[in-house]
Amino acid sequence: MLNNLVLANLGHRPVRTLLSVLAIAVEVTMILTLVGVSYGTLDGTAERARGVGADILVRPPGSSVIGLSSAPMSDKLPAILMQEPHVTFAMGTMVQPLSGFDSMTGLNVDEFAKLNGGFHYLKGGPPVSDDDMIVDEFYAQQKGLHVGDTVNLVNHDWKVAGIFEGGKLARICVKLPVLQALTGNPGRLSQVFLKVDDPSKAQAVVDALRTKYKGYQIYTMEEFTSLLSISSVSLLKNFIGVVIGVSVVVGFIVVFMAMYTAVLERTREIGILKAVGGSSGLILNLLFRETLLLALIGSAVGIALTYVTQWMMKHSVPASLVQETVYGWWPIATGIAVAGALLGAIVPGMKAVKQDVTEALSYE
Amino acid sequence: MSEPAIIEISGLTKTYQVGDVPVHALRGVDLQIQQGEFVAIIGASGSGKSTLFHVLGGLTPATSGNVKIKGRDLAGMTNAERTELRKTAVGFVFQKYNLLPTLSAEDNIRIVQYIGGRPVGFSPEFEEVLRLLGIADRMKHKPRALSGGQQQRVAIARGIVNSPAILLADEPTGNLDSENSTAVLKLMGDLNRRLGQTILMITHDSDAASYADRIVRMRDGRIV
Repeated sequence: MLNNLVLANLGHRPVRTLLSVLAIAVEVTMILTLVGVSYGTLDGTAERARGVGADILVRPPGSSVIGLSSAPMSDKLPAILMQEPHVTFAMGTMVQPLSGFDSMTGLNVDEFAKLNGGFHYLKGGPPVSDDDMIVDEFYAQQKGLHVGDTVNLVNHDWKVAGIFEGGKLARICVKLPVLQALTGNPGRLSQVFLKVDDPSKAQAVVDALRTKYKGYQIYTMEEFTSLLSISSVSLLKNFIGVVIGVSVVVGFIVVFMAMYTAVLERTREIGILKAVGGSSGLILNLLFRETLLLALIGSAVGIALTYVTQWMMKHSVPASLVQETVYGWWPIATGIAVAGALLGAIVPGMKAVKQDVTEALSYE
Repeated sequence: MSEPAIIEISGLTKTYQVGDVPVHALRGVDLQIQQGEFVAIIGASGSGKSTLFHVLGGLTPATSGNVKIKGRDLAGMTNAERTELRKTAVGFVFQKYNLLPTLSAEDNIRIVQYIGGRPVGFSPEFEEVLRLLGIADRMKHKPRALSGGQQQRVAIARGIVNSPAILLADEPTGNLDSENSTAVLKLMGDLNRRLGQTILMITHDSDAASYADRIVRMRDGRIV
């Protein structure tokens, strides 16, 4: 019976109901999109790292798991590391961050081919001249690039020499010495990939290298990719926490406004319910059911909207932002929306409970 | 030995504070109403009859004096106890009908059953009452689709659905034309006679009051 009244009340003010649902939906979409992009970015990075085909990764001391902003290692390091037991091959790259999530990687394409057979070119071929650049299919699609096009990056005009299949090392690659010179890092590297004679001994090799090369961030590729998770990246964890906090506040304010208006508007109806014996508990029950329904519908719409944002990203910025569907976060985002909404309904609910019956019945 | 009155009021006072000024709405009301009576309380505006309605209905507490409904003393009742009284012992009919606009006529009645903790649904006897009230075929309509007279009949049906000890009606014909007023008053008379429903009607209209078994007059917060 109470549910009939809840549905009737929500249906009575369709625009307000719709706006409340949409606001809660945006809140849920915001959380799920951020989490989805975080997962997508980390998983994409992990996939490209696995695609390198190396067994061990060596990074400079103090570097972050998710990004490289400098090239402090000497390019003599690969040759030194190749002298270590079980290390059969070493290749250094330099990473130059670009705008947003993009970065440009300088490498020796022939050395890279020794690690994993090299890039698989969908169009064009490897860089030949110093101005040549190769990009993966997603970056090409995002930027509308074709072989022969010119792109200005790092204050330099590059010619697209080839478009390769994604999932290997990076999205934008150029010749290592050229990038080192352009960025003022001659002879410097950002990271070194190692190949060992027996991959099952990679962890033992890493342990030995860590002892010898103190301060360097040295991982097996398996370990490195497992570190690419939200819980391991404190910056992302904090950022998501902030967004969740903002979402709860947004949900709180929206539902507070909606329910406060509803209580004011329904002063007489609340008075009627009280006059016929409706208790404070019944009035609160009614308002909380309405709020819960708004939050649940809003969450469902929010979840549906994440597919829209996913589609938009896939078709507009497939290389920069990849949004995954993270099913495990659906109940979490819904719980956050419900909590924010119920918090927002408390004050209006108390106002409704405190209304004097005779005054409420004379309310026009 | 005669049965005790279903409503016993003695020395009832109610004083409102309007700013710094005390307004004495009831100044010592004594009244007894027997089971099955149809009593009209008549008085001019400001006579205290609406305040008496609110106190009897447990909508507002008395300042002093005693009010007993079916032996239960309203004096000293908490808000929750007065809510319980409204749920179980009193039915209301208001001048402005006060139906929930978002619910159908049927649901307006059923929600009172739900609140009263009764099984939700109409018994054959209650279906008969709906026919007597002439609204049996209007149950699926929302209040805005009903005439004033029909809305007031739905309000009457809502008021008696839980078989309250007393039906309190505050100016039940105040918003109706004469034809609908007559129909509603006749129906209340019928309910009183056929079901033995005790009715206390507040009105300023002596024609309406004439439908009652007994007329009690109020002036300046007292029964005269």
